[in-house]
Amino acid sequence: MSGARTGTGTVETGASGAGTNRTPLDTVTAPPSGRVTLRTRRTLLFTGLALGLVVAAVVAAGTGQLAIPPGEVWASILRGLGLSNAPETVPNADSALWNIRFPRVAMAVLIGAALAVAGTVMQAIFANPLAEPGVVGVSSGAALGAASAIVFGWTAAGDLVTAGAAFVAGLLTTLLVYFTSRAGGRTEVVTLLLTGIAINAFAGGALAFLTFLGDSGSREEIVFWQLGSLNGARWQEVAVMLPLIAVAITGALLLGRTLDLFSLGERGARHLGVRVEAVRITSIVLVAILVCSAVAFAGIIGFVGLIVPHLMRMAIGPAHRPLLIASALGGALLLLLADLAARTLVPMAELPIGMLTSLIGGPFFFWLLLRTRRRSGGWG
Amino acid sequence: MTRPPALEARSLCVEIDGARLLHDVDFAAHAGRVHALIGPNGAGKSTLLAALSGDLPAASGEVRLGDAPLAGRSPKALARERAVLTQDHRVSFPFPVREVVAMGRHPWARSPEAERDDAIVDDALAVTDVSHLAHRTVPSLSGGERARVALARVLAQRTPVLMLDEPTAALDLKHQEDVLRLARTHAQRGDTVLVVLHDLNLAAAYADDITLLRGGRVVATGSPAEVLTAERIEAVYGQAVEVLPHPSTGVPLVLPIR
Repeated sequence: MSGARTGTGTVETGASGAGTNRTPLDTVTAPPSGRVTLRTRRTLLFTGLALGLVVAAVVAAGTGQLAIPPGEVWASILRGLGLSNAPETVPNADSALWNIRFPRVAMAVLIGAALAVAGTVMQAIFANPLAEPGVVGVSSGAALGAASAIVFGWTAAGDLVTAGAAFVAGLLTTLLVYFTSRAGGRTEVVTLLLTGIAINAFAGGALAFLTFLGDSGSREEIVFWQLGSLNGARWQEVAVMLPLIAVAITGALLLGRTLDLFSLGERGARHLGVRVEAVRITSIVLVAILVCSAVAFAGIIGFVGLIVPHLMRMAIGPAHRPLLIASALGGALLLLLADLAARTLVPMAELPIGMLTSLIGGPFFFWLLLRTRRRSGGWG
Repeated sequence: MTRPPALEARSLCVEIDGARLLHDVDFAAHAGRVHALIGPNGAGKSTLLAALSGDLPAASGEVRLGDAPLAGRSPKALARERAVLTQDHRVSFPFPVREVVAMGRHPWARSPEAERDDAIVDDALAVTDVSHLAHRTVPSLSGGERARVALARVLAQRTPVLMLDEPTAALDLKHQEDVLRLARTHAQRGDTVLVVLHDLNLAAAYADDITLLRGGRVVATGSPAEVLTAERIEAVYGQAVEVLPHPSTGVPLVLPIR
């Protein structure tokens, strides 16, 4: 095991040694054994997820109607980057990869990372593992914006109008949820979840109304928003999404240590010097940017923000900086695999990816509820 | 006492949702002393503590910390001046005990003080008797253990003012005494310790000063012997008591008449 290599003879120090007398200052650098194994676990997880991500990306790019072996995918990447001029061994490989598959892989990675990080941040600031952008209604608000753009023909103004409408509506919904679920300077988790129900109900009704209003073309597009899909991903969309998501994830990582303190509750965090309101509103905006970027281009893909942070927390504990990195990697991997499944499970057809994540996420959510109830009597 | 109080409330009124919870409270806690806040349920002890810690704004009057007004100071500046143990010891995610106690060092991040973080955390774990739990996660602990971990985190903050809201509530006999001995030790080192207590005998034994509250007003303040008289306790709590001096120490003993 690699734990043996990294352990520097500090087995069983920390705890028992400090019990009777004060630890002298010169032992400060010797970490307690628990932290070494945790660090090893984190390194293993990060490496594993990163490797898995690379492998999954190459495999996903090579899979489809035109099968391209991993070696050729790799060669095509090098060719595209101008690092190689070996000839194509599979006819049309470069065209299929660079025009269709790579943008789709890139989009899956970005959206997966964005949704998982959004979930992690949301759970941190509400100090509750059940807070998830989809659950509180942010995603459906964004989808409503997109559907309005489709039905009312705003898309005539340009390609990105649908995405823009989704973005704005998602942001407004997030702020609405935030302010309506607050009372006396506090956010009650129960109120938050109930607000989510109300928003989801309203957005569902409005979406149904728009579906009723629209012509058959619009209807198809609206269904796309509700079910989520990465079909037809383009570099242009990736280019819009990348800076937004990169900035928001960086922002979340900068908040990492502060987010840890929120697990002591709002008062506890404030007593330790955290500007609770400022951090909260920043986090909310970050969540909105992440979720809306994702929903704007791929529709509603639920539960990624619930499943991934939870699994990562089980693996490496709740400290937020490593957790955010792991969630970003894990979310990217999960969505990449889900998209691969969505387009290969049924031959010659493409399943909506949002449908897949919900089919997995719903039962997972339920299991999470049961488990929490068993352990601590649930949330009052 | 000639030095200005370390922590002071002047004609402090506090309102929540229009209900006045504190009426013209004058209060002063001094460095080097343990000051106990006592009173029946709903007397306003926790409200006063919250106002003194800066959690609740003053409707009128003011709170002063270190002889300057508390209002308007940044959360970080406050966090280096005073540490607060609330009654809520929950930690939402399964953080290990040591990491939770290390959170107490947050106000000192990126300051020269941060060099001593590990030693201070170890010391806080030791004095609250939770070193053996360092690698357990907080949600897996018992209520009393969680309370001691929360206290360790508050002590790790190393502030000159300590505010403890019912630190003994979940604890067994020995740990109750331990916590108050710890409060005394800190006071002897020059800290200001404010502690909300329900047990009048603990207050009598460990506090230098006691303030008795009822209905959001100060009923009495002074030494334990001055404040804890049988007539006053009966009037405030509605329970007849006998107050006897301890045969060897002379500390007042409050015994309910049963």
